[in-house]
Amino acid sequence: MLKGRHLIDSMDFTKEEMKEIFNLSKDIIDNTAAFAHVCEGKLLATLFYEPSTRTRFSFEAAMLRLGGQVIGFSEPNSSSASKGESVADTIRTVACYADIAVMRHPKEGAPKVASMYSSIPVINAGDGGHQHPTQMLTDLLTIQSIKGKLTNHTIGLCGDLKFGRTVHSLIKAMSRYEGNRFVLISPKELRIPEYIKNEILIKNNIEFIEVERIEEVMETLDILYMTRVQRERFFNEEDYIRLKDSYILDGEKMKKAKSDMIVLHPLPRVNEISYEVDEDPRGCYFAQAKYGMFVRMALIAKLLGVK
Amino acid sequence: MLTINSIKDGIVIDHITAGCGVEIFNYMGLDKVDFPVALIMNVDSKKLGKKDIIKIENIIDIDYTVLGLIDPNITIDVIEKEVRKEKKKLEMPERVENVIKCKNPRCITSIEHDVLQIFHLVNGKTGEYKCEYCDEINTLGR
Repeated sequence: MLKGRHLIDSMDFTKEEMKEIFNLSKDIIDNTAAFAHVCEGKLLATLFYEPSTRTRFSFEAAMLRLGGQVIGFSEPNSSSASKGESVADTIRTVACYADIAVMRHPKEGAPKVASMYSSIPVINAGDGGHQHPTQMLTDLLTIQSIKGKLTNHTIGLCGDLKFGRTVHSLIKAMSRYEGNRFVLISPKELRIPEYIKNEILIKNNIEFIEVERIEEVMETLDILYMTRVQRERFFNEEDYIRLKDSYILDGEKMKKAKSDMIVLHPLPRVNEISYEVDEDPRGCYFAQAKYGMFVRMALIAKLLGVK
Repeated sequence: MLTINSIKDGIVIDHITAGCGVEIFNYMGLDKVDFPVALIMNVDSKKLGKKDIIKIENIIDIDYTVLGLIDPNITIDVIEKEVRKEKKKLEMPERVENVIKCKNPRCITSIEHDVLQIFHLVNGKTGEYKCEYCDEINTLGR
C-alpha cells in the first residue's frame, strides 16, 4: 500500500511496490488521456530550496497532466526559509494547504526531517549529494520499458562514480534484481566509494569489474550509464588530459557497442556525449527524461491513493 | 603501586581505556558530588596494557548507553557490603538519540537544531554509527 507513504530513500519501496509503480507508469504511457483528471482538486507543493529546472518541471508537468495543481517556490530567497524558518515548521504549514509535497534541499537529510513532521506524503527530489530516488525510478522505468526487463543486464557506469548520487542509487536498486553485472568505468580518483563496493556488491556476491577506459569494455555492455567527469575532481592535470577523452562517448566508440545496447544519462550533459550519438537510436537519454515524467505521475497518483 | 581502599557499597567502573577516565568522570558530574569518589589513571592492565578506573562510594543511577558510547570496553561492578553483586559488560547501543552530533557539515542537523540527533549502529567492533538523516558514518568509541 503506497497511499500516504513518503519517498525519501531509493530503497524505501520493496520490489513489489516498485513494480506497482512501473505497471501504473505503463498504463499512463499507453493511455495518458485516461489519467488527465485523476488528481483534480489535489494540490502539489514544490519546495525547492535550490535551483533545479529539470526535476521541478518534471514534477510540475506530472501533476498538471494528472489534472492537479501546483504551488511552491523554486529558490529559498522567495520563501520563509530566508527568514530562518525550519524545514519542520515549513512542512507542517505547507501540509495545511497541499495534499502532497516535493522537496529539493542542499542539505542531506532535509526531506527526511520533513517527512517526520509531515501529515502529507513527502517526495525527496534531491538532497545534496545524498539521494535522488525519483531519478532512480526514472532509470529503472527506462530500462524496464526499453529493454523489457530489469534482470540479467551488464550495466556499464561511466564517469564520476565517486560523487554521482544517481550512480549509487542505480547500483543499489539494480542489485536487487537477479543476474545484473556492473562494469565500473572511471579514473582511479573517481571510483565507486568503498562502502558501495563492500555493502552492496561484495556482500551480495554481485559480479563487477573496475576499468579505466570505456573502449576496453564497450562490446560487453547492455546498458551504458554516462555521467559527467568534472575537471576539478582530478588531482592532477596530467591524469585529466590522459583520460578525459575516454569519458566522452562519440560515434566511433558506439561502433564497438552491441546493436541493442542503450545509453542513458541523468542530464544535463555538458560534453560527455557527442551530439552525433543523439542520432543513434541507442541514445535513450531524452526518452529517459520523458519516462521520468511518467514515473512521477505514477508515483504521485499512488502516494495520493487515487490509482 | 597506588592503593585505593575497596568500597563498601557503590560502583566500580573498570577497564576504561587509559585517558578516557577524565571524560567519563566529568560526564557523570562526579566532581560535584559529596560522597567519596576516586579516579585512578594509568593502572597496569593485562587486557588493555593501561587502563583507568573510577570508584564511587554510593549506588547511583548510571546511563549505560552513554558510557557504552564513550568507551564500550568498560565493565561495571556493583558492590554491596564489600561483595560484588553484579558485573555488567557494556555494549554499544543499537540506536542513540541526542547523545552525539553528526560530523557531516552537509547534514540537515547542522542547521535544523531542534530535530533529534538519531544514530544507528552499523558495526559494533569499529564503533561505526550511521546518521538517520544523511547516512554519514560517524565513528565512536575507542
